[in-house]
Amino acid sequence: METSLPAKFAWRLLIGLLYVFLLAPIIIVFVVSFDTRQYLAFPPESLSFGSYVKVFQNADFISAFWRSLLIGAIVGLGAVTVGTLISLALTRYRFRGEGAVNFLVIAPFIVPNIVLGVGLVLVLAGFGLLDTYPGIVLAHLGITIPYTVRTVSMSLMSVDRRVEEAALVHGASPFNVFWRITLPLIRPGIIAGGVIAFLISFDETTISLFIVSVRSSTLPTEIYRYLEYSTDPQIAALSVVLILISVAVVIVLERLIGLRKAV
Amino acid sequence: MTTSDRKGNRGILLLLLLPGLLALGVSFVAPLLWLLRASFSTSALGGADGSWTLANYADVVLDPFYWRVAGNTLNYGLTVAAFAVVLSYPIALFLARTTSRWRGVLTALAIAPLLTSGVVRTYGWMVILGDQGVINGTLQALSLIQTPIRLSNNFLGATIAMIEILMPYAILAMLSGFGRLNTQLEEAAAMLGANRLKVFWRIILPLSLPGVITAALLVFVLAISGFVTPRLMGGGRVFVLGTEVFQEATVTLNLPLAAALAMLLLVLFSSVIVIYRRALRALEA
Repeated sequence: METSLPAKFAWRLLIGLLYVFLLAPIIIVFVVSFDTRQYLAFPPESLSFGSYVKVFQNADFISAFWRSLLIGAIVGLGAVTVGTLISLALTRYRFRGEGAVNFLVIAPFIVPNIVLGVGLVLVLAGFGLLDTYPGIVLAHLGITIPYTVRTVSMSLMSVDRRVEEAALVHGASPFNVFWRITLPLIRPGIIAGGVIAFLISFDETTISLFIVSVRSSTLPTEIYRYLEYSTDPQIAALSVVLILISVAVVIVLERLIGLRKAV
Repeated sequence: MTTSDRKGNRGILLLLLLPGLLALGVSFVAPLLWLLRASFSTSALGGADGSWTLANYADVVLDPFYWRVAGNTLNYGLTVAAFAVVLSYPIALFLARTTSRWRGVLTALAIAPLLTSGVVRTYGWMVILGDQGVINGTLQALSLIQTPIRLSNNFLGATIAMIEILMPYAILAMLSGFGRLNTQLEEAAAMLGANRLKVFWRIILPLSLPGVITAALLVFVLAISGFVTPRLMGGGRVFVLGTEVFQEATVTLNLPLAAALAMLLLVLFSSVIVIYRRALRALEA
């Protein structure tokens, strides 16, 4: 279609402004992280890496970071293992109650985390698991398994079933078929599922705030609690570190298997 | 392996399903059941030891404060959804139609904020909208204002931040719904004499409507169930269901009341989804 030059310019300008709005908080956090002052203000007076040094000297942040990493890794591994098993059952077998299982693995998508958070407080308190590693790992498994089932199921459905059947006919046990044939074929889906589960766990704030206090506090909950009292540039530096970690994870994922296949 | 009834299938199936059912049972099914039970509980900790009561729901329904909270929540969800959709629509339309070689990068940039924790982006908005933040600081430096304008610690700030935080979801939902947009159709209409406005109203908008509705629903349900952003940006002055559930569950420690409020949120949430599915079916028919 013919478009007049001014109209085209106005359209581009609008898109540009909307992008600025969308990316504003991330850009601003980046700028503020180099501010030398102790309090929140803009524009920065002078620039330094002071805030970064302070973050890396903050024992609370450092230990929360390692906890988040550990919890995220366990959740990623756990969710993808359990999710692969469920996906195998759903894509390779017909059984009674299949519909119920199918519903169960998408149901967590339609329950808000804040609702689940209250329920988890009640359940975990009953088992004495509030503010413990097993408690928070369990809580995160519930919200990540649906994602791993989705990604792994999609991989499983794209596998040529005749290859599996051929191996079975030639006498391979179901386990051997999975281990030697299916697993190598669905590796991209498994990696993607695990990484997504890790990222969700690593960033999850709402549910964690309900069930952790001191011993098992994760990085997002530490940031939240810090922000309730103070907004100094340390948080900006920490945020930049977190953003860079997420970006790095995604780039590695993209290099390994290609993002389009993953999501 | 598919539908065969070989012996041992049941055993394998059990092995495949058991870990997942157990994990989801403890981390998803049990919490919802416990929540339901607690919302009818007389025991302050929401245990099953107390007897059944409707008092928690009565507390919610009879207290005008919670009616205001429910109203605030709806208002918050609708405002955020409306603005997020209006602001995301041009970006999604642009990304769906552009042939630029930057398309991949621009799409990634539009969705990239999803990779950043909501807490971090809320912090970014605290820096932008705070009393000494980017906007007030700039306006004061230019001597346009003497005292800072109130942009944070209120409903306005909580709304602005939430709009931006949920926009990537709206853009994603619209992009996947815009598959039916077709430039040939637009060209045909233009050749037949329709002007740009008419092409937009009669072709682009109707074809993109399902994507827009999905985006609006997604943003609405995420906004009404959010609490980190309204709490931090609202500075304790914004009362929505999310903030009140958190308050009752972790500060006031009235778990039965928190459970009743959470059930209310869940009902609101599911009815919106049901209405959405009806609407989408009606639209498709």
